[in-house]
Amino acid sequence: MNNFEKSASIFEVHHLSKRFGDLEVLKDISVTINKGEIVSIIGPSGSGKSTFLRCATLLETMEHGTMKYQGEVVCEEKDGQGAVYAPPRILRKLRSLFGLVFQNFNLFPHWTVLKNVTDAPISVQGRSKEEVLADARQLLKRMGLDTKEDAYPCQLSGGQQQRVSIARALISKPVILFFDEPTSALDPELTGEILKVIKDLAAAHMTMVIVTHEIEFARHVSDRVIFMADGVIVEQGPPEEVIGNPKQPRTQAFLRKLSHQN
Amino acid sequence: MALGILQIANQPTMSGSILLSTLRQLATGFGMTVAIFVFTLLFSMPLGLGLCNVRMSRRWFFSWPARLYISVMRGTPLMLQILMIFFGPYYLFKMSLSDAYRFPAVIIAFSLNYAAYFAEIYRAGIESIPIGQYEAANVLGYSKLQTFFKIILPQVVKRTLPPVTNEIITLTKDTSLAFAIACTEMFTTAKQLASAQRSMVPYIAAAVFYYIFNFVVAFVMERCEKKLSYYR
Ligand SMILES: Nc1ncnc2c1ncn2[C@@H]1O[C@H](COP(=O)(O)OP(=O)(O)O)[C@@H](O)[C@H]1O
Ligand SMILES: [Mg+2]
Repeated sequence: MNNFEKSASIFEVHHLSKRFGDLEVLKDISVTINKGEIVSIIGPSGSGKSTFLRCATLLETMEHGTMKYQGEVVCEEKDGQGAVYAPPRILRKLRSLFGLVFQNFNLFPHWTVLKNVTDAPISVQGRSKEEVLADARQLLKRMGLDTKEDAYPCQLSGGQQQRVSIARALISKPVILFFDEPTSALDPELTGEILKVIKDLAAAHMTMVIVTHEIEFARHVSDRVIFMADGVIVEQGPPEEVIGNPKQPRTQAFLRKLSHQN
Repeated sequence: MALGILQIANQPTMSGSILLSTLRQLATGFGMTVAIFVFTLLFSMPLGLGLCNVRMSRRWFFSWPARLYISVMRGTPLMLQILMIFFGPYYLFKMSLSDAYRFPAVIIAFSLNYAAYFAEIYRAGIESIPIGQYEAANVLGYSKLQTFFKIILPQVVKRTLPPVTNEIITLTKDTSLAFAIACTEMFTTAKQLASAQRSMVPYIAAAVFYYIFNFVVAFVMERCEKKLSYYR
């Protein structure tokens, strides 16, 4: 692999398969995400979108496949053994390369906003407190939360909580950020503020993978859209193709159904 | 309450000096009661945490014995456990029992018994923490130990405070079971005084001691709960 490729591909997974008991949830999925790329994943619920993000963020282990961050191996397919993961020491290091934003925020309720954002970089990554605090204040300001650093999550709106969780993911300076339906737990009038934050990140060339049901948003923000159904990638390409002019009947049916709902 | 004791003191059948010596002896017994209380909590609460950890193990050869232990400790009378711990060394090994063993035997029996209850309270608390807390911690890179002690345990403490308070109040009253092996805590003292004086007064005075103690315990625990109510 030459240097150009190494710097270009932030995340890649090849022939990923994952099953829960008898249920094969992901079937031979291959995805490469390049630096600065914004990829949306759409698809009906139960199609394996969350499971894909959870495999990518090491919350689930996959049975088969090879996965790399910036060319560094997370797991590698070996004959007769399936996906063999790197030792914990390596995985711990690779963890700091990605962030995940959850549908229901998963903030730590007993900590203030500031502590939620700063604790991991200080106590996990061992960065200096002053530096982390300065970074955190800057991030919170960028998220419009500069007056909230002493608030507890329960004192915030859903939109504010989600912004804190995005700040918490960003502070470790990940090279890629995954979002799992970041607006699905929010009241409709609050989704806009999160979508705006993501748009701002896109403008700053953050590499992102976003699972979403906000089709219009996906169309505007993404460089590439992946349509998943039943654990396979049915169709992918630029938004104007996949959303604007889908080729596959399943994609067409899904988009038609969505537009009827709205 | 102070008024109640004064009224008792004014009863014609009871001289003030007898009451005073009764109270003094009860106070000595009360010291022992508090010692049982404190040592039991000191040992049983961490022991319960360890037991809870074993009980929640995914490996059956850990979880199963812990389950059995908890079910036996909760399913048999504490008084019987106290007697077995105290007389066990004699019956099993023909060891002679010294007086000095009474207090340790009580502490051992109480700690082993209460650990079982605390383990189950902790388990319920731990299982009530949403899985998303573990997942967020995992993605942020916290180790298993960090996740437990920094993120899970503080929330478990808050959630388990009410049942733990119940357990602590029960413990205050359970300390009286130490009379079974004549460990001279307050209840044993009250019993001796009552039969010597042929009077209810020592019992009533002991009841007042227990009540005030639990009143303070409940007050303190309520303050703790208030203190932890800053979130959710
Ligand atoms: N931990 C699990 N155990 C068993 N089945 C699961 C588990 N997680 C997800 N599934 C199943 O996997 C399939 C895909 O789920 P998911 O990835 O959550 O889909 P999506 O996010 O696209 O809605 C569903 O059928 C779901 O029921
Ligand atoms: Mg999902």
